[in-house]
Amino acid sequence: MDPAILFLILTTAVKIVVFTFVFTLPIIAYSTYAERRVSSIIQDRVGPNRVGIPLTLFGAKKDIPFAGLLQPLADGLKAFLKEDLVPAHVRKFFFWIAPALTAAPAFLCICIIPFGSSITVFDQPVKLVIADIDAGPLFVFAIASLSVYGITFAGWASNNKYSFLGGVRSCAQMISYEISLGLSLIPVLMVFGQLNLSDIVHSQADNGWTLLPLWNEHGSVFDAAYWQNCKEQWLLMIPLTISFIIFTTSIFAETNRMPFDLPECETELVGGYHTEYSSMKFALFFLGEYAAMIVGSAIIVTLFFGGWSLGFGLDTAISNMALGGLLHILIFLTKVIAFVIFFIWVRWTVPRFRYDQLMKLGWVVFFELALVNIFITAGIIMLLN
Amino acid sequence: MPSPFFYIFAAMMLSGGLMVIFMRNPVSSALSMVLSFIGLAGIFIGLNAYFVGILQILVYAGAIMVLFIFIIMLLDVKEEESHPRKGLAITAGVLIPVVLIIQLTGVILTNDESPSAPPLTLEAAAADYKQDSVIHKKLISGSLPDVHLIGRKLFTEYNFPLQVIAVLLLVATVGCVALSKKSSAPKNGDKPDKG
Repeated sequence: MDPAILFLILTTAVKIVVFTFVFTLPIIAYSTYAERRVSSIIQDRVGPNRVGIPLTLFGAKKDIPFAGLLQPLADGLKAFLKEDLVPAHVRKFFFWIAPALTAAPAFLCICIIPFGSSITVFDQPVKLVIADIDAGPLFVFAIASLSVYGITFAGWASNNKYSFLGGVRSCAQMISYEISLGLSLIPVLMVFGQLNLSDIVHSQADNGWTLLPLWNEHGSVFDAAYWQNCKEQWLLMIPLTISFIIFTTSIFAETNRMPFDLPECETELVGGYHTEYSSMKFALFFLGEYAAMIVGSAIIVTLFFGGWSLGFGLDTAISNMALGGLLHILIFLTKVIAFVIFFIWVRWTVPRFRYDQLMKLGWVVFFELALVNIFITAGIIMLLN
Repeated sequence: MPSPFFYIFAAMMLSGGLMVIFMRNPVSSALSMVLSFIGLAGIFIGLNAYFVGILQILVYAGAIMVLFIFIIMLLDVKEEESHPRKGLAITAGVLIPVVLIIQLTGVILTNDESPSAPPLTLEAAAADYKQDSVIHKKLISGSLPDVHLIGRKLFTEYNFPLQVIAVLLLVATVGCVALSKKSSAPKNGDKPDKG
């Protein structure tokens, strides 16, 4: 086989394995742990702080607790070992396929996220993104729109009125918020004139992050030249901030997170669409939700907070370093984790919306605001040119 | 020779299409249709038409089929599963594909005579676009900026039809809202009966 193609296949395979199983899955596991610890801090409790190495099993006097850091491992083991109960009244095929349909789309979205700039392997540059396609955000929307099926089928196949209501709710909610999700992004794409996420991050590294334009080609905030050339950056901040607020809120609704977790709201629907699920099938829904949350954070970071870039013109220096691409990955993951903690924080701070409030917010407020925002951005761009 | 991916996605599409017809449960049929759409999107992406492929998933698999399934689930169609197949429906179902296949064979047979576009490299095509535009840069660097090209065509050459379609969709939306909206206050003359 042609060595160039072989090289491409091998690097892509390595990237898929590393980005999915080395980065994303541990972040998912530890965000469940973070969720419980942060919620316990917010509610003035202790939270899971015990699970460590169980030395007492081997006759020692004390366990090593590690502040509960091994809790996700224990949880995963528990999910595998629990009895997998399939009730007799469910529609079997759809009941089995629904958890997979929820988890798979979330993981698919990882392939277009630029984790870092690029590294050099055998004298050839390798971009640290699995698929560097020219329609990145559209791809995310397309795949995210497929994740509706999993939850809807779960609710319908369970043959249970609470599950069904949860499924129907989630279906309606995701369709509604997809619109404002897509429309809110148009101003950002208009500003960059690009749909390729790698190029968007590159231009943010050079010209300042979308929401923090603290530097541009002429220098950073500390230089006089910056202040002579920064007018349009700061004017565009107005529509871009509106975009950011709409986009982030819609991501909360798309991932069924609090304050929009109506498909599984316990007080009304027992457990919502996953009431009838147990053991690993239930864990897959959980995995899907957290994976979607991480992908959502990654997209927000990529579009609004500079992706892997450190900023202040330091990125070319980092890229020229021997393993600078890996440093970029670290910067990116730090930002993503910060956003995941933000997601958790919001969950334990804001109370749940009522269903009609949720629909009104989506259709009456965000839809119109996003539309008007496009016109504001277009007007500003026209004025500045 | 087409790449192996073509055969994988074509098989996915055809099996999805066949399952739409042969599944008795309407929800299964709808899900098979989604499978078929995803196969079609895969073929588009194999042809370097990323934008069309992604729109195929976004619009058909992600929006239209979701609404289909939503409605089927809400209606909970049970009778369809026990219905025997009718003779007339089967005859029509065989006849129409046969006509389409004859037409398709006709088109394929005249393939050699039809005019073909002159071969054009990406770098040569870049000459038609402005020096500093994104399209020019992408074409020079050897990648096909399909999203930019489609956008340019739509908003320059086909701007008027695009606006007309947009108005049509707006009218449809307004009509939908007007038809489905219940009047909140009872009109004069049709007051509800008392007792």
